[in-house]
Amino acid sequence: MSTDPRRWVAGHVATLPKSGIRDFFELVAKMKGQDVISLGVGEPDFVTPWHVREAAIYALEHGKTYYTSNLGLIELRQAISRYVTEHFGVDYRPEDQVIVTVGVSEALDLAFRAFCEPGDKVMFHQPCYVSYHPSITLARGEAVAVPTFARDNFALTAESLEAAWTPGCKMLMLNLPCNPTGGTCTREQLEKIADFCRRKDLLVLSDEIYSELTFEGEHVSIASFPGMVERTIFLHGFSKAFAMTGWRIGYACGPAVLIDAMMKVHQYAMMCASIIAQEGALEALNHGWDQVLAMREQYHRRRDLVVRRFNEIGLTCHSPRGSFYAFPNISATGLTEKEFAVGLLEKEKVAVVPGIAFGENGRGHVRACFATGYEQLIEACDRIERFVASVRR
Amino acid sequence: MNPVLKLLLEGERLTTAQMATVAGIAEAEVEQHLEQLKKDKIFLGWRPVLDLSREAAAAAAVRAVVEVRITPERGRGFNRFAERIARFDEIESCYLVSGGYDLLIVVRGATLQKVASFVSEKLSTVDGVLSTATHFMLRSYKEQGFLLEVGEGESTRLNVTP
Repeated sequence: MSTDPRRWVAGHVATLPKSGIRDFFELVAKMKGQDVISLGVGEPDFVTPWHVREAAIYALEHGKTYYTSNLGLIELRQAISRYVTEHFGVDYRPEDQVIVTVGVSEALDLAFRAFCEPGDKVMFHQPCYVSYHPSITLARGEAVAVPTFARDNFALTAESLEAAWTPGCKMLMLNLPCNPTGGTCTREQLEKIADFCRRKDLLVLSDEIYSELTFEGEHVSIASFPGMVERTIFLHGFSKAFAMTGWRIGYACGPAVLIDAMMKVHQYAMMCASIIAQEGALEALNHGWDQVLAMREQYHRRRDLVVRRFNEIGLTCHSPRGSFYAFPNISATGLTEKEFAVGLLEKEKVAVVPGIAFGENGRGHVRACFATGYEQLIEACDRIERFVASVRR
Repeated sequence: MNPVLKLLLEGERLTTAQMATVAGIAEAEVEQHLEQLKKDKIFLGWRPVLDLSREAAAAAAVRAVVEVRITPERGRGFNRFAERIARFDEIESCYLVSGGYDLLIVVRGATLQKVASFVSEKLSTVDGVLSTATHFMLRSYKEQGFLLEVGEGESTRLNVTP
Protein backbone atom coordinates (compact mmCIF):
# COMPACT_ATOMS: atom_id res chain seq x y z
CA MET A 1 0.00 0.00 0.00
CA SER A 2 1.26 3.47 -0.81
CA THR A 3 2.44 5.58 2.12
CA ASP A 4 2.83 8.77 0.12
CA PRO A 5 0.72 11.45 1.84
CA ARG A 6 0.04 12.94 -1.55
CA ARG A 7 -2.50 10.19 -2.08
CA TRP A 8 -4.83 12.15 0.19
CA VAL A 9 -4.75 15.29 -1.91
CA ALA A 10 -7.76 15.69 -4.21
CA GLY A 11 -6.86 15.31 -7.85
CA HIS A 12 -8.13 18.71 -8.98
CA VAL A 13 -6.14 20.38 -6.19
CA ALA A 14 -2.99 18.38 -6.85
CA THR A 15 -3.01 19.47 -10.47
CA LEU A 16 -3.81 23.10 -9.65
CA PRO A 17 -0.71 25.14 -10.50
CA LYS A 18 0.80 27.28 -7.73
CA SER A 19 0.47 31.00 -8.17
CA GLY A 20 3.32 32.37 -10.28
CA ILE A 21 3.52 35.15 -7.73
CA ARG A 22 4.50 32.64 -5.07
CA ASP A 23 7.78 31.66 -6.82
CA PHE A 24 8.67 35.26 -7.22
CA PHE A 25 7.80 36.02 -3.63
CA GLU A 26 10.29 33.38 -2.49
CA LEU A 27 12.96 34.91 -4.69
CA VAL A 28 12.40 38.38 -3.25
CA ALA A 29 12.21 37.01 0.29
CA LYS A 30 15.76 35.63 -0.15
CA MET A 31 17.01 39.17 -0.65
CA LYS A 32 15.81 40.32 2.74
CA GLY A 33 18.07 42.91 4.30
CA GLN A 34 19.19 44.23 0.92
CA ASP A 35 17.98 47.56 -0.35
CA VAL A 36 15.11 46.18 -2.42
CA ILE A 37 12.41 48.57 -3.66
CA SER A 38 9.29 46.56 -4.20
CA LEU A 39 6.80 47.44 -6.90
CA GLY A 40 5.54 43.90 -6.53
CA VAL A 41 2.79 44.44 -4.03
CA GLY A 42 -0.95 44.43 -4.58
CA GLU A 43 -1.98 46.73 -1.80
CA PRO A 44 -1.84 50.39 -0.75
CA ASP A 45 1.25 51.69 1.03
CA PHE A 46 -1.02 53.82 3.22
CA VAL A 47 -1.84 52.49 6.64
CA THR A 48 -5.59 52.40 7.32
CA PRO A 49 -6.67 55.91 8.40
CA TRP A 50 -6.54 56.26 12.16
CA HIS A 51 -10.23 56.99 12.71
CA VAL A 52 -11.03 53.57 11.25
CA ARG A 53 -8.47 51.82 13.41
CA GLU A 54 -9.73 53.75 16.40
CA ALA A 55 -13.31 52.63 15.72
CA ALA A 56 -12.19 49.00 15.75
CA ILE A 57 -10.33 49.53 19.04
CA TYR A 58 -13.44 51.17 20.47
CA ALA A 59 -15.51 48.17 19.39
CA LEU A 60 -13.10 45.82 21.14
CA GLU A 61 -13.04 47.94 24.27
CA HIS A 62 -16.82 47.83 24.38
CA GLY A 63 -16.98 44.09 24.17
CA LYS A 64 -17.96 43.65 20.54
CA THR A 65 -16.49 40.20 20.30
CA TYR A 66 -19.45 38.13 19.13
CA TYR A 67 -20.62 36.54 15.90
CA THR A 68 -22.70 38.81 13.73
CA SER A 69 -25.64 37.85 11.55
CA ASN A 70 -24.45 35.58 8.70
CA LEU A 71 -25.10 38.41 6.29
CA GLY A 72 -23.08 40.85 8.40
CA LEU A 73 -24.01 43.72 10.73
CA ILE A 74 -27.24 45.30 9.54
CA GLU A 75 -25.81 48.80 10.14
CA LEU A 76 -22.92 47.93 7.84
CA ARG A 77 -25.23 46.49 5.19
CA GLN A 78 -27.34 49.64 5.36
CA ALA A 79 -24.24 51.78 4.93
CA ILE A 80 -23.08 49.59 2.03
CA SER A 81 -26.48 49.89 0.40
CA ARG A 82 -26.38 53.70 0.64
CA TYR A 83 -22.80 53.80 -0.62
CA VAL A 84 -23.52 51.58 -3.62
CA THR A 85 -26.57 53.64 -4.55
CA GLU A 86 -24.64 56.87 -4.28
CA HIS A 87 -21.49 55.76 -6.10
CA PHE A 88 -22.72 53.15 -8.56
CA GLY A 89 -26.36 54.10 -9.06
CA VAL A 90 -27.68 50.64 -8.20
CA ASP A 91 -30.13 49.95 -5.37
CA TYR A 92 -29.85 46.90 -3.15
CA ARG A 93 -31.96 46.12 -0.09
CA PRO A 94 -29.72 45.81 3.00
CA GLU A 95 -32.01 43.11 4.44
CA ASP A 96 -31.58 40.46 1.75
CA GLN A 97 -29.53 41.74 -1.18
CA VAL A 98 -26.21 42.42 0.54
CA ILE A 99 -23.79 39.97 2.17
CA VAL A 100 -20.61 40.95 4.01
CA THR A 101 -17.72 38.57 3.33
CA VAL A 102 -14.11 37.98 4.28
CA GLY A 103 -12.69 40.08 1.45
CA VAL A 104 -13.88 39.96 -2.15
CA SER A 105 -11.92 36.70 -2.41
CA GLU A 106 -14.42 34.94 -0.21
CA ALA A 107 -17.36 36.52 -2.03
CA LEU A 108 -15.93 35.20 -5.27
CA ASP A 109 -15.47 31.73 -3.87
CA LEU A 110 -19.05 31.79 -2.56
CA ALA A 111 -20.33 32.82 -5.96
CA PHE A 112 -18.48 30.06 -7.79
CA ARG A 113 -19.55 27.44 -5.29
CA ALA A 114 -23.15 28.65 -5.28
CA PHE A 115 -23.61 29.06 -9.03
CA CYS A 116 -21.13 26.84 -10.81
CA GLU A 117 -21.91 23.21 -11.47
CA PRO A 118 -19.27 20.75 -12.66
CA GLY A 119 -18.56 21.48 -16.29
CA ASP A 120 -20.18 24.92 -16.37
CA LYS A 121 -18.13 27.34 -18.39
CA VAL A 122 -17.01 30.60 -16.85
CA MET A 123 -15.61 33.35 -19.03
CA PHE A 124 -13.00 35.69 -17.61
CA HIS A 125 -10.72 38.26 -19.15
CA GLN A 126 -7.00 37.74 -19.07
CA PRO A 127 -4.46 38.98 -17.89
CA CYS A 128 -6.29 38.98 -14.60
CA TYR A 129 -6.04 38.62 -10.88
CA VAL A 130 -4.28 35.37 -10.01
CA SER A 131 -7.18 33.68 -8.24
CA TYR A 132 -9.89 33.76 -10.91
CA HIS A 133 -8.81 30.80 -12.96
CA PRO A 134 -8.00 28.54 -9.97
CA SER A 135 -11.24 29.52 -8.22
CA ILE A 136 -13.20 28.37 -11.25
CA THR A 137 -11.21 25.12 -11.34
CA LEU A 138 -11.82 24.54 -7.64
CA ALA A 139 -15.56 24.87 -8.27
CA ARG A 140 -15.11 22.23 -11.02
CA GLY A 141 -16.04 24.79 -13.60
CA GLU A 142 -14.36 25.17 -16.94
CA ALA A 143 -12.43 28.42 -17.34
CA VAL A 144 -12.76 30.22 -20.68
CA ALA A 145 -10.10 32.92 -20.99
CA VAL A 146 -10.93 36.01 -23.04
CA PRO A 147 -7.82 37.95 -24.03
CA THR A 148 -7.46 41.70 -23.59
CA PHE A 149 -4.80 43.58 -25.50
CA ALA A 150 -2.37 46.42 -25.01
CA ARG A 151 -3.70 48.04 -28.23
CA ASP A 152 -7.07 48.47 -26.48
CA ASN A 153 -5.42 49.68 -23.24
CA PHE A 154 -6.45 46.27 -21.94
CA ALA A 155 -10.15 47.09 -22.12
CA LEU A 156 -12.38 44.05 -22.56
CA THR A 157 -14.25 44.18 -25.85
CA ALA A 158 -17.52 42.55 -26.81
CA GLU A 159 -15.79 41.29 -29.99
CA SER A 160 -13.28 39.28 -27.94
CA LEU A 161 -16.14 37.91 -25.87
CA GLU A 162 -18.04 36.84 -28.99
CA ALA A 163 -14.93 35.16 -30.34
CA ALA A 164 -14.24 33.26 -27.13
CA TRP A 165 -17.82 32.25 -26.41
CA THR A 166 -18.79 28.59 -26.76
CA PRO A 167 -22.06 26.84 -25.92
CA GLY A 168 -22.30 26.07 -22.20
CA CYS A 169 -20.96 29.42 -21.00
CA LYS A 170 -22.90 30.35 -17.90
CA MET A 171 -20.99 33.16 -16.23
CA LEU A 172 -18.75 36.08 -17.00
CA MET A 173 -16.19 37.25 -14.48
CA LEU A 174 -15.29 40.94 -14.76
CA ASN A 175 -12.64 42.98 -12.97
CA LEU A 176 -12.68 46.61 -14.05
CA PRO A 177 -10.44 48.47 -13.35
CA CYS A 178 -8.29 45.41 -13.75
CA ASN A 179 -5.46 44.01 -11.67
CA PRO A 180 -2.78 43.75 -13.20
CA THR A 181 -3.36 45.88 -16.30
CA GLY A 182 -5.28 48.87 -14.96
CA GLY A 183 -7.58 48.35 -17.93
CA THR A 184 -11.11 49.75 -17.82
CA CYS A 185 -14.03 49.92 -20.23
CA THR A 186 -15.78 53.01 -21.48
CA ARG A 187 -19.53 53.27 -21.04
CA GLU A 188 -20.00 52.34 -24.70
CA GLN A 189 -17.78 49.27 -24.42
CA LEU A 190 -19.58 48.20 -21.28
CA GLU A 191 -22.93 48.74 -22.97
CA LYS A 192 -21.94 46.23 -25.63
CA ILE A 193 -20.70 43.76 -23.04
CA ALA A 194 -24.01 44.11 -21.18
CA ASP A 195 -25.84 43.45 -24.43
CA PHE A 196 -23.70 40.36 -25.01
CA CYS A 197 -24.49 39.07 -21.50
CA ARG A 198 -28.22 39.55 -22.01
CA ARG A 199 -28.14 37.81 -25.37
CA LYS A 200 -26.16 34.86 -24.06
CA ASP A 201 -28.06 34.80 -20.76
CA LEU A 202 -24.89 35.07 -18.67
CA LEU A 203 -24.62 35.66 -14.97
CA VAL A 204 -22.03 38.39 -14.37
CA LEU A 205 -19.67 38.45 -11.41
CA SER A 206 -18.32 41.98 -11.36
CA ASP A 207 -15.33 42.58 -9.08
CA GLU A 208 -15.14 46.38 -8.83
CA ILE A 209 -12.60 46.57 -6.01
CA TYR A 210 -10.54 49.26 -7.79
CA SER A 211 -13.49 51.41 -8.88
CA GLU A 212 -12.75 54.33 -6.52
CA LEU A 213 -9.25 54.46 -7.98
CA THR A 214 -10.46 55.61 -11.39
CA PHE A 215 -8.44 58.61 -12.45
CA GLU A 216 -10.17 59.90 -15.54
CA GLY A 217 -13.89 60.08 -16.05
CA GLU A 218 -16.39 58.19 -14.01
CA HIS A 219 -16.42 54.52 -13.11
CA VAL A 220 -19.49 52.79 -14.53
CA SER A 221 -20.80 49.55 -13.07
CA ILE A 222 -22.22 46.99 -15.46
CA ALA A 223 -24.98 46.42 -12.89
CA SER A 224 -26.33 49.88 -13.64
CA PHE A 225 -27.36 49.06 -17.24
CA PRO A 226 -30.96 48.11 -17.97
CA GLY A 227 -31.67 44.43 -17.45
CA MET A 228 -28.33 43.83 -15.75
CA VAL A 229 -29.00 44.17 -12.03
CA GLU A 230 -31.00 40.94 -12.11
CA ARG A 231 -28.10 39.03 -13.63
CA THR A 232 -25.15 40.63 -11.84
CA ILE A 233 -23.39 39.92 -8.59
CA PHE A 234 -21.70 43.18 -7.67
CA LEU A 235 -18.52 42.49 -5.70
CA HIS A 236 -16.71 45.12 -3.75
CA GLY A 237 -14.73 45.70 -0.59
CA PHE A 238 -12.62 47.97 1.55
CA SER A 239 -9.09 46.77 0.84
CA LYS A 240 -7.96 49.11 -1.90
CA ALA A 241 -9.87 52.40 -1.67
CA PHE A 242 -9.89 52.53 2.13
CA ALA A 243 -6.42 50.95 2.54
CA MET A 244 -7.82 48.05 4.56
CA THR A 245 -6.33 44.93 2.95
CA GLY A 246 -5.51 43.12 6.19
CA TRP A 247 -9.00 43.65 7.59
CA ARG A 248 -10.44 41.24 5.04
CA ILE A 249 -13.84 42.85 4.50
CA GLY A 250 -15.66 42.62 1.21
CA TYR A 251 -19.27 42.33 0.13
CA ALA A 252 -21.54 41.05 -2.57
CA CYS A 253 -24.80 42.58 -3.73
CA GLY A 254 -27.31 40.98 -6.04
CA PRO A 255 -30.78 39.51 -6.46
CA ALA A 256 -32.09 38.17 -3.12
CA VAL A 257 -32.31 34.59 -4.37
CA LEU A 258 -28.68 34.61 -5.47
CA ILE A 259 -27.41 36.31 -2.30
CA ASP A 260 -29.36 33.73 -0.34
CA ALA A 261 -27.59 30.93 -2.21
CA MET A 262 -24.21 32.52 -1.46
CA MET A 263 -25.27 32.96 2.14
CA LYS A 264 -25.89 29.21 2.43
CA VAL A 265 -22.28 28.47 1.54
CA HIS A 266 -21.03 31.35 3.69
CA GLN A 267 -22.94 30.29 6.81
CA TYR A 268 -21.44 26.81 6.77
CA ALA A 269 -17.96 27.76 5.63
CA MET A 270 -17.32 31.07 7.36
CA MET A 271 -20.27 31.88 9.63
CA CYS A 272 -19.57 35.60 9.42
CA ALA A 273 -16.80 38.12 8.88
CA SER A 274 -14.95 39.41 11.95
CA ILE A 275 -17.15 41.81 13.89
CA ILE A 276 -14.18 44.04 14.73
CA ALA A 277 -13.31 44.44 11.07
CA GLN A 278 -16.97 45.08 10.24
CA GLU A 279 -17.08 47.88 12.81
CA GLY A 280 -13.99 49.40 11.20
CA ALA A 281 -15.57 49.10 7.76
CA LEU A 282 -18.71 50.86 8.98
CA GLU A 283 -16.61 53.76 10.23
CA ALA A 284 -14.77 53.87 6.90
CA LEU A 285 -18.04 54.19 4.97
CA ASN A 286 -19.45 56.77 7.33
CA HIS A 287 -16.45 59.07 7.63
CA GLY A 288 -13.68 57.89 5.31
CA TRP A 289 -14.46 59.44 1.94
CA ASP A 290 -12.11 62.43 2.26
CA GLN A 291 -9.18 60.10 2.82
CA VAL A 292 -10.17 57.99 -0.16
CA LEU A 293 -10.05 61.10 -2.33
CA ALA A 294 -6.71 62.20 -0.88
CA MET A 295 -5.19 58.77 -1.51
CA ARG A 296 -6.61 58.66 -5.03
CA GLU A 297 -5.00 61.98 -5.81
CA GLN A 298 -1.66 60.62 -4.65
CA TYR A 299 -2.05 57.48 -6.77
CA HIS A 300 -2.99 59.63 -9.74
CA ARG A 301 0.21 61.64 -9.55
CA ARG A 302 2.30 58.55 -8.94
CA ARG A 303 0.70 56.94 -11.98
CA ASP A 304 1.57 59.90 -14.15
CA LEU A 305 5.12 59.72 -12.86
CA VAL A 306 5.76 56.02 -13.48
CA VAL A 307 3.97 55.85 -16.82
CA ARG A 308 5.94 58.82 -18.11
CA ARG A 309 9.21 57.37 -16.85
CA PHE A 310 8.53 53.91 -18.31
CA ASN A 311 7.85 55.39 -21.71
CA GLU A 312 10.96 57.58 -21.47
CA ILE A 313 12.98 54.49 -20.62
CA GLY A 314 11.61 52.78 -23.70
CA LEU A 315 9.19 50.40 -22.01
CA THR A 316 5.91 51.06 -23.79
CA CYS A 317 3.29 51.59 -21.13
CA HIS A 318 -0.33 52.63 -21.55
CA SER A 319 -1.69 54.93 -18.90
CA PRO A 320 -4.00 52.82 -16.71
CA ARG A 321 -7.27 54.66 -16.19
CA GLY A 322 -7.75 52.92 -12.86
CA SER A 323 -6.08 50.80 -10.14
CA PHE A 324 -2.54 51.32 -8.87
CA TYR A 325 -0.78 49.12 -11.41
CA ALA A 326 1.26 49.97 -14.46
CA PHE A 327 1.70 47.15 -16.94
CA PRO A 328 4.60 48.08 -19.21
CA ASN A 329 5.67 46.04 -22.20
CA ILE A 330 9.25 44.92 -21.70
CA SER A 331 9.75 43.00 -24.94
CA ALA A 332 11.89 45.80 -26.42
CA THR A 333 14.65 44.67 -24.05
CA GLY A 334 14.76 41.29 -25.79
CA LEU A 335 14.12 39.56 -22.46
CA THR A 336 11.15 37.48 -21.42
CA GLU A 337 9.08 38.93 -18.60
CA LYS A 338 10.61 36.42 -16.18
CA GLU A 339 14.19 37.17 -17.24
CA PHE A 340 13.42 40.86 -16.95
CA ALA A 341 11.94 40.57 -13.46
CA VAL A 342 14.68 38.29 -12.15
CA GLY A 343 17.46 40.35 -13.77
CA LEU A 344 16.04 43.60 -12.46
CA LEU A 345 15.76 42.15 -8.99
CA GLU A 346 19.27 40.71 -8.96
CA LYS A 347 21.07 43.59 -10.65
CA GLU A 348 19.17 46.64 -9.47
CA LYS A 349 17.11 45.33 -6.57
CA VAL A 350 13.71 46.39 -7.83
CA ALA A 351 10.88 43.88 -7.61
CA VAL A 352 8.17 43.78 -10.28
CA VAL A 353 5.91 40.84 -11.05
CA PRO A 354 6.29 38.97 -14.36
CA GLY A 355 3.11 39.36 -16.42
CA ILE A 356 2.85 35.64 -17.04
CA ALA A 357 1.75 35.24 -13.40
CA PHE A 358 -1.54 36.82 -14.51
CA GLY A 359 -2.10 34.48 -17.41
CA GLU A 360 -0.86 33.72 -20.87
CA ASN A 361 -1.76 37.17 -22.23
CA GLY A 362 0.50 38.82 -19.68
CA ARG A 363 3.53 37.68 -21.64
CA GLY A 364 5.96 40.41 -22.55
CA HIS A 365 4.77 42.59 -19.66
CA VAL A 366 5.51 43.12 -16.01
CA ARG A 367 3.26 44.54 -13.34
CA ALA A 368 4.62 47.48 -11.38
CA CYS A 369 2.55 48.68 -8.46
CA PHE A 370 2.86 52.42 -7.88
CA ALA A 371 1.37 52.37 -4.38
CA THR A 372 4.71 53.50 -2.98
CA GLY A 373 6.12 56.87 -1.90
CA TYR A 374 7.51 59.33 -4.47
CA GLU A 375 11.11 59.00 -3.37
CA GLN A 376 11.08 55.24 -3.78
CA LEU A 377 9.24 55.45 -7.09
CA ILE A 378 11.74 57.93 -8.49
CA GLU A 379 14.65 55.77 -7.36
CA ALA A 380 12.98 52.60 -8.70
CA CYS A 381 12.48 54.20 -12.12
CA ASP A 382 16.13 55.33 -12.20
CA ARG A 383 17.23 51.80 -11.41
CA ILE A 384 14.97 50.34 -14.08
CA GLU A 385 16.45 52.81 -16.54
CA ARG A 386 19.98 51.63 -15.67
CA PHE A 387 18.91 48.01 -15.98
CA VAL A 388 17.28 48.52 -19.38
CA ALA A 389 20.35 50.39 -20.63
CA SER A 390 22.62 47.58 -19.42
CA VAL A 391 20.68 44.82 -21.18
CA ARG A 392 20.40 46.81 -24.40
CA ARG A 393 24.14 47.35 -24.62
CA MET B 1 -3.40 74.26 -8.79
CA ASN B 2 0.27 75.08 -9.06
CA PRO B 3 1.95 71.63 -9.16
CA VAL B 4 4.76 72.68 -6.83
CA LEU B 5 2.34 74.11 -4.29
CA LYS B 6 0.43 70.83 -4.41
CA LEU B 7 3.57 68.91 -3.55
CA LEU B 8 4.39 71.33 -0.75
CA LEU B 9 0.91 70.86 0.69
CA GLU B 10 1.29 67.09 0.62
CA GLY B 11 4.20 67.66 2.95
CA GLU B 12 6.47 64.97 1.58
CA ARG B 13 10.18 65.66 1.81
CA LEU B 14 11.28 66.04 -1.79
CA THR B 15 14.25 67.81 -3.31
CA THR B 16 13.54 70.20 -6.17
CA ALA B 17 14.90 67.55 -8.57
CA GLN B 18 12.47 64.99 -7.18
CA MET B 19 9.61 67.48 -7.39
CA ALA B 20 10.50 68.02 -11.02
CA THR B 21 10.35 64.27 -11.71
CA VAL B 22 7.04 63.83 -9.92
CA ALA B 23 5.37 66.81 -11.53
CA GLY B 24 6.89 66.02 -14.92
CA ILE B 25 8.45 69.47 -15.38
CA ALA B 26 12.01 70.78 -15.58
CA GLU B 27 13.87 71.47 -12.36
CA ALA B 28 14.28 75.09 -13.42
CA GLU B 29 10.51 75.34 -13.65
CA VAL B 30 10.17 74.05 -10.09
CA GLU B 31 12.59 76.76 -8.97
CA GLN B 32 10.55 79.33 -10.84
CA HIS B 33 7.36 78.18 -9.16
CA LEU B 34 9.06 78.34 -5.77
CA GLU B 35 10.30 81.85 -6.51
CA GLN B 36 6.83 82.94 -7.54
CA LEU B 37 5.27 81.36 -4.45
CA LYS B 38 7.82 83.21 -2.36
CA LYS B 39 6.99 86.49 -4.12
CA ASP B 40 3.31 85.85 -3.51
CA LYS B 41 4.19 85.25 0.15
CA ILE B 42 2.52 81.84 0.07
CA PHE B 43 5.70 79.85 0.45
CA LEU B 44 7.62 81.39 3.33
CA GLY B 45 10.57 79.06 3.70
CA TRP B 46 11.84 75.68 4.78
CA ARG B 47 11.98 74.63 8.42
CA PRO B 48 13.17 71.33 9.86
CA VAL B 49 10.78 69.38 12.06
CA LEU B 50 12.73 68.24 15.13
CA ASP B 51 11.94 66.12 18.12
CA LEU B 52 13.00 68.61 20.79
CA SER B 53 12.82 66.05 23.55
CA ARG B 54 15.98 64.44 22.19
CA GLU B 55 19.17 65.26 24.02
CA ALA B 56 20.91 66.32 20.82
CA ALA B 57 18.20 68.84 20.04
CA ALA B 58 17.90 70.10 23.60
CA ALA B 59 19.01 73.69 22.90
CA ALA B 60 16.01 76.00 22.81
CA ALA B 61 13.86 73.07 23.82
CA VAL B 62 11.60 74.85 26.27
CA ARG B 63 8.34 75.85 24.74
CA ALA B 64 5.22 77.42 26.17
CA VAL B 65 1.80 78.21 24.82
CA VAL B 66 0.70 81.61 26.04
CA GLU B 67 -2.88 82.82 26.01
CA VAL B 68 -2.92 86.59 25.68
CA ARG B 69 -5.83 88.96 26.10
CA ILE B 70 -5.34 92.31 24.40
CA THR B 71 -7.38 95.45 23.90
CA PRO B 72 -8.84 95.85 20.43
CA GLU B 73 -8.59 99.30 18.85
CA ARG B 74 -11.27 101.16 17.00
CA GLY B 75 -10.68 100.81 13.26
CA ARG B 76 -7.77 98.39 13.57
CA GLY B 77 -9.07 95.63 15.79
CA PHE B 78 -6.29 93.50 17.19
CA ASN B 79 -3.87 93.91 14.30
CA ARG B 80 -1.54 96.62 15.53
CA PHE B 81 -0.82 95.01 18.90
CA ALA B 82 -0.72 91.51 17.44
CA GLU B 83 1.74 92.51 14.74
CA ARG B 84 3.91 94.21 17.29
CA ILE B 85 3.92 91.26 19.64
CA ALA B 86 4.64 88.81 16.83
CA ARG B 87 7.94 90.57 16.09
CA PHE B 88 9.69 89.20 19.18
CA ASP B 89 12.26 86.58 18.19
CA GLU B 90 11.20 84.41 21.11
CA ILE B 91 7.79 83.96 19.53
CA GLU B 92 7.57 81.03 17.15
CA SER B 93 3.93 81.41 16.14
CA CYS B 94 1.19 83.85 16.90
CA TYR B 95 -2.49 83.46 16.06
CA LEU B 96 -5.66 85.45 16.67
CA VAL B 97 -8.22 82.99 18.00
CA SER B 98 -11.84 82.95 19.01
CA GLY B 99 -12.86 82.12 22.58
CA GLY B 100 -11.84 83.25 26.02
CA TYR B 101 -8.65 85.01 24.96
CA ASP B 102 -7.40 86.75 21.84
CA LEU B 103 -3.90 85.65 20.88
CA LEU B 104 -2.45 82.19 21.06
CA ILE B 105 1.32 82.41 21.09
CA VAL B 106 4.02 79.76 21.03
CA VAL B 107 7.19 80.90 22.78
CA ARG B 108 10.49 79.06 22.59
CA GLY B 109 13.59 79.52 24.75
CA ALA B 110 16.73 77.80 26.00
CA THR B 111 15.57 77.47 29.59
CA LEU B 112 12.41 77.75 31.62
CA GLN B 113 13.72 80.93 33.22
CA LYS B 114 14.31 82.56 29.86
CA VAL B 115 10.81 81.83 28.64
CA ALA B 116 9.32 82.92 31.97
CA SER B 117 11.18 86.19 32.01
CA PHE B 118 10.25 86.88 28.40
CA VAL B 119 6.57 86.49 29.25
CA SER B 120 6.66 88.47 32.47
CA GLU B 121 9.03 91.23 31.37
CA LYS B 122 8.47 91.64 27.64
CA LEU B 123 5.16 90.20 26.58
CA SER B 124 2.91 91.13 29.48
CA THR B 125 4.23 94.68 29.51
CA VAL B 126 3.42 95.45 25.87
CA ASP B 127 0.83 98.21 25.54
CA GLY B 128 -2.64 96.81 25.20
CA VAL B 129 -1.91 93.43 26.80
CA LEU B 130 -4.51 92.84 29.50
CA SER B 131 -3.44 89.43 30.76
CA THR B 132 -1.40 86.33 29.93
CA ALA B 133 -1.68 82.69 30.91
CA THR B 134 1.38 80.56 30.26
CA HIS B 135 1.30 76.78 29.71
CA PHE B 136 4.69 75.15 29.56
CA MET B 137 4.76 72.21 27.21
CA LEU B 138 5.73 69.05 29.03
CA ARG B 139 5.95 66.50 26.30
CA SER B 140 5.11 66.31 22.65
CA TYR B 141 3.40 63.39 21.00
CA LYS B 142 3.03 64.73 17.49
CA GLU B 143 5.07 67.41 15.75
CA GLN B 144 3.65 68.90 12.54
CA GLY B 145 2.27 65.59 11.39
CA PHE B 146 5.09 63.39 12.68
CA LEU B 147 4.19 60.98 15.47
CA LEU B 148 7.04 61.00 18.00
CA GLU B 149 6.76 58.12 20.42
CA VAL B 150 4.57 55.47 18.88
CA GLY B 151 4.83 56.07 15.15
CA GLU B 152 3.42 53.43 12.80
CA GLY B 153 6.22 50.98 13.55
CA GLU B 154 8.28 49.18 10.95
CA SER B 155 6.20 48.37 7.88
CA THR B 156 5.51 44.66 7.70
CA ARG B 157 4.01 44.87 4.22
CA LEU B 158 5.04 41.84 2.18
CA ASN B 159 7.24 42.53 -0.83
CA VAL B 160 5.18 40.61 -3.34
CA THR B 161 1.44 40.07 -3.10
CA PRO B 162 -1.23 39.25 -5.69
